[in-house]
Amino acid sequence: MRVVVDLNRCQGYAQCCYAAPDHFELRGHEILFYDPAPSEAKRSQIERAQQACPVRAIEIEPAGLAEGDEP
Amino acid sequence: MTEVQRLGIVVVGASLAGLRGAEALRDRGYDGPLTLVGDEPHQPYDRPPLSKHVLAGELPPEATVLPQLSRLRARWRLGQPAVALNRERRVLHRADGATLPYAKLLITTGARARTWPGEGADLAGIFTIRTLEDARALWSALACRPNRVIIVGGGLIGCEAASCCRDLGLAVTLVDPNPTPLARLLGTTIGATLAERMRGAGVDFRPKTKVRAFSGEAGQVRRAHLAGGEVLETDLVIVALGATRDTGWLAAAGLAADAGGLTCDGACRAISIAGEPDPDIYAAGDVARWPNPLYGDRPMTVEHWGNAVDQARHAAANMLASASDQIPYRHLPSFWSSQFGLNIKLAGSTEGADALAVVQGTRASQRFLAVYGRAGRTVAALSFDQARWLPAYAEAVAAGASFPPILGATDQPRIEALEPGLPGPRRSPDRGAAALETAHA
Ligand SMILES: Cc1cc2nc3c(=O)[nH]c(=O)nc-3n(C[C@H](O)[C@H](O)[C@H](O)COP(=O)(O)OP(=O)(O)OC[C@H]3O[C@@H](n4cnc5c(N)ncnc54)[C@H](O)[C@@H]3O)c2cc1C
Ligand code: SF4
Repeated sequence: MRVVVDLNRCQGYAQCCYAAPDHFELRGHEILFYDPAPSEAKRSQIERAQQACPVRAIEIEPAGLAEGDEP
Repeated sequence: MTEVQRLGIVVVGASLAGLRGAEALRDRGYDGPLTLVGDEPHQPYDRPPLSKHVLAGELPPEATVLPQLSRLRARWRLGQPAVALNRERRVLHRADGATLPYAKLLITTGARARTWPGEGADLAGIFTIRTLEDARALWSALACRPNRVIIVGGGLIGCEAASCCRDLGLAVTLVDPNPTPLARLLGTTIGATLAERMRGAGVDFRPKTKVRAFSGEAGQVRRAHLAGGEVLETDLVIVALGATRDTGWLAAAGLAADAGGLTCDGACRAISIAGEPDPDIYAAGDVARWPNPLYGDRPMTVEHWGNAVDQARHAAANMLASASDQIPYRHLPSFWSSQFGLNIKLAGSTEGADALAVVQGTRASQRFLAVYGRAGRTVAALSFDQARWLPAYAEAVAAGASFPPILGATDQPRIEALEPGLPGPRRSPDRGAAALETAHA
């Protein structure tokens, strides 16, 4: 699955890091390092991180979305 | 069936702005044909990690593919650039000779990295950072542990690259003609704080000088010749000299386009050389130059991530609206950068700023929030590891608050007023070399 964080919005609250510690990590005081391509099996954890973010900075590709594209 | 339903909307440039613009068209109910034309063979991917975690070897380049946020039902035409636009016949020509009709066009062709313009350009071992291929090639060269990396240009990408090279334990020299890194973007006062941080991390920072030429042996770069005559040994060079907007394919389209961008009206509609907006052609992202109402309609281009997203969404909404419902695009430029363990964020424009004040924290601690003033107004807010303070100050900037802004109920210390050390207002804003280092390029 695909994830992107709007780092203009992110304020380093680290809520996502508690929700999904394997995929979001804070470096230094407030640099967010995240995994933009976690395995689909981790979706519920990543979605919890998304819900936990107080500034709604985390965007996730819904499952099976690109399948509707025409050739 | 309307023209739009029959011929559809074509998006040229399949990267961040193109993707977010296409999604916005669908989100707003457009259900006609939608085609994305992209020069690169990849699905849209995110560039910021390329000069950060990808360069540091923490993320594989292909992990940066962007999430698609809504169902596009799009036809993807990737791996072939558009080479010409015929507005009279409403067709787009692709490099393979194919033509593509359109009813409406969204131009999001962004920018490409400036390559080394001087002597030695054909030597192996000289890299730029803009595309996935750039990142892959650079990463495999760094993995061979070069003895010394030379970075040309102390803008955002040059500094980020220097930081990554130090993380990899490589010797690195950064050469820049200004007295400090990020001098044109943040001024030399803040730049000096960063220079200290950078030197503390072990970067050999060479200000106020230029690389005149590169020379090599057996086709591989070996030496950098500085303007003062000094010669530095090197085996890997990163050129970070900004970007030129990808408008070459529009040369015969009769639009007001040059290497500094495609000129648009306030609603993001492309302007013809006759000075009229084309009602069916819009532009967004790095390529678009538009009059920003937030800055008295001064034409500007903003080469940062947030603008690509916001402007593409805005342009998409206008594309679907009637001619009388076109809404001007008002944007407060913002970016983030991470380097040397610091999170640097700016909201606003420092251009022509004549005053600087640290309003939270201290420069000595390298953790602070500073504001820039111009003619008594607050024009930008800068955070070094103080991101939580930024939104409140960004609001003051957007509202044109007096300088320094007084935010209610904060425990501001006595404010130290400083000279920002920025160059004076530019003679021709946003054109040519002067604007380059201020961009995320
Ligand atoms: C290394 C790097 C790091 C960055 N870091 C940050 C950061 O930390 N923070 C920040 O705010 N911003 C950052 N940026 C800036 C940000 O990535 C850009 O502002 C953003 O990518 C702009 O998106 P865009 O879609 O307008 O243009 P681009 O991303 O340049 O995409 C344009 C696309 O159009 C394609 N194209 C060009 N010509 C044609 C043609 N004729 N036909 C078809 N397709 C064409 C190109 O191949 C490309 O895929 C960074 C940029 C780079 C390069
Ligand atoms: S929870 Fe949100 S604001 Fe906090 S670090 Fe994560 S993304 Fe950033």
